[in-house]
Amino acid sequence: MNIFTRFGQFILMIKGMFTKPEQMRMYWKEFMHQCAELGIGSLGIVSIISVFIGAVSTVQTSYQFISPIIPRTVIAQIVRDSVILEFAPTITCIVLAGVVGSKISGELGNMRISEQIDALEIMGINTKAYLILPKILAALLTIPLLVIIAMTLGIWGGRFVGDLTGILPHEIYDRGLQIDFIPYNVTFALTKAYTFAFIITAIPAYFGYNVKGGALEIGRASTTAVVVSCVMILLADYILATILL
Amino acid sequence: MISIKNIEKGFSGKSVIEGVTAEFETSKCNLIIGASGSGKTVLMKCLVGLLIPDAGEILYDNTSFSLMNIVEKKEMRRKIGMLFQGSALFDSMTVEQNIMFPLDMFTNNTKAEKQKRVNEVLDRVNLSQALKKYPAELSGGMKKRVGIARAIVLNPQYLFCDEPNSGLDPQTSLVIDKLIKEITADYKITTIINTHDMNSVMEIGDRILYMYEGKKEWEGTNKEIIFSKNERLNNFIFASEFLQDAKDMRMLEIKGKIDNYKNMDDLLK
Repeated sequence: MNIFTRFGQFILMIKGMFTKPEQMRMYWKEFMHQCAELGIGSLGIVSIISVFIGAVSTVQTSYQFISPIIPRTVIAQIVRDSVILEFAPTITCIVLAGVVGSKISGELGNMRISEQIDALEIMGINTKAYLILPKILAALLTIPLLVIIAMTLGIWGGRFVGDLTGILPHEIYDRGLQIDFIPYNVTFALTKAYTFAFIITAIPAYFGYNVKGGALEIGRASTTAVVVSCVMILLADYILATILL
Repeated sequence: MISIKNIEKGFSGKSVIEGVTAEFETSKCNLIIGASGSGKTVLMKCLVGLLIPDAGEILYDNTSFSLMNIVEKKEMRRKIGMLFQGSALFDSMTVEQNIMFPLDMFTNNTKAEKQKRVNEVLDRVNLSQALKKYPAELSGGMKKRVGIARAIVLNPQYLFCDEPNSGLDPQTSLVIDKLIKEITADYKITTIINTHDMNSVMEIGDRILYMYEGKKEWEGTNKEIIFSKNERLNNFIFASEFLQDAKDMRMLEIKGKIDNYKNMDDLLK
């Protein structure tokens, strides 16, 4: 199957999601379930990664800025902007592509192989709308929130390590955070978060939903889904940066 | 009643079903039999709309399924129940939630009404004790019975069973066969069963359609199958020496040469 056929199938899958729900209450229940699964379920890993990224950024930036003519507040500025612009949205979403993407692909693949999707179709349920749409909507709601949490924890991680190691006292760090802050950077980061949220749910859903074969194919689909999602995130990251910055 | 006319279906240029025409009667167990790869499952998937036939017509009580739009097909599917080969129960839900699911999705009944209906169908399949269990905690036969309960919970007019006895021991297979037969008669539904289980053919085959390499090879009842001169059917049905002997004995019994095995000892002497 060539890339154009796959793209066509993907577009048809997205189009097929938009039909009148059979029972709104059930769709809402599934949406809330997915919010808990994707959002709260990923909070732990996102927190750990963010704190360490902020911490490492502080240490490495200060290592590179040893000149006495550069004010120490610049370290905090660089950490702040790199975390907001790149680390929080992109690195977090690449990690989530692995965590959430493989989960979605594996779950849908298993449902396909064990005929659970066929069972839903026979009942007269639009499986694309019931199984995929709530996942995408839940990701669009929770992933930007996770990115905001990642920004906060990343910046806090840098501040904490600066104090802990004595590289940068928190008074200087806090002052640096307030210098030349551009609120648009947060808007840009959230735009990326929404785009990546769609990528890390829709692409794995496509690969999982269209699995044919057995357990081996489910594994292959999960791997392909994660790889394609990561590549698409990086591509989208570049395109958004070129257009919006 | 379900009628199919000249159904054809192929994949990647290879024909899997070729011009199959048949009628499946209401309140009867209609069996589709045939060797693996003969096109039984593809035919059933065409019947329930999971696959679209390349040619031919499918009529549900004289209404063409093939000509229905998406909304009409969705409505029709609510009249269809299906038992899958692997039961296709939702892993993350308990037995109760699995059976409740179609009621939650398609009815606005109160919780109490839905619970009453779930208890009714679970009683019908003798599984009241498994209400809170997960599919992973059930045996193969229990899973099939939960699958049947889920399939009939919305009072379907048509029931499809894809190899309901696969992976089950002969005794449990008989229980499942008996249950399907009773449900078919009690609810006056049109039941279509895909099977290669010879016990099922003889026990519940009110109408039998034998498929060979994608074509209809033979059609009749379980009474007629024993007299069939169709060589392919005989080779398929009475594949083992044991079954061939059983057939011969049955023929002798029918012809009055033995009396229901009572004079078996004399014959063996």
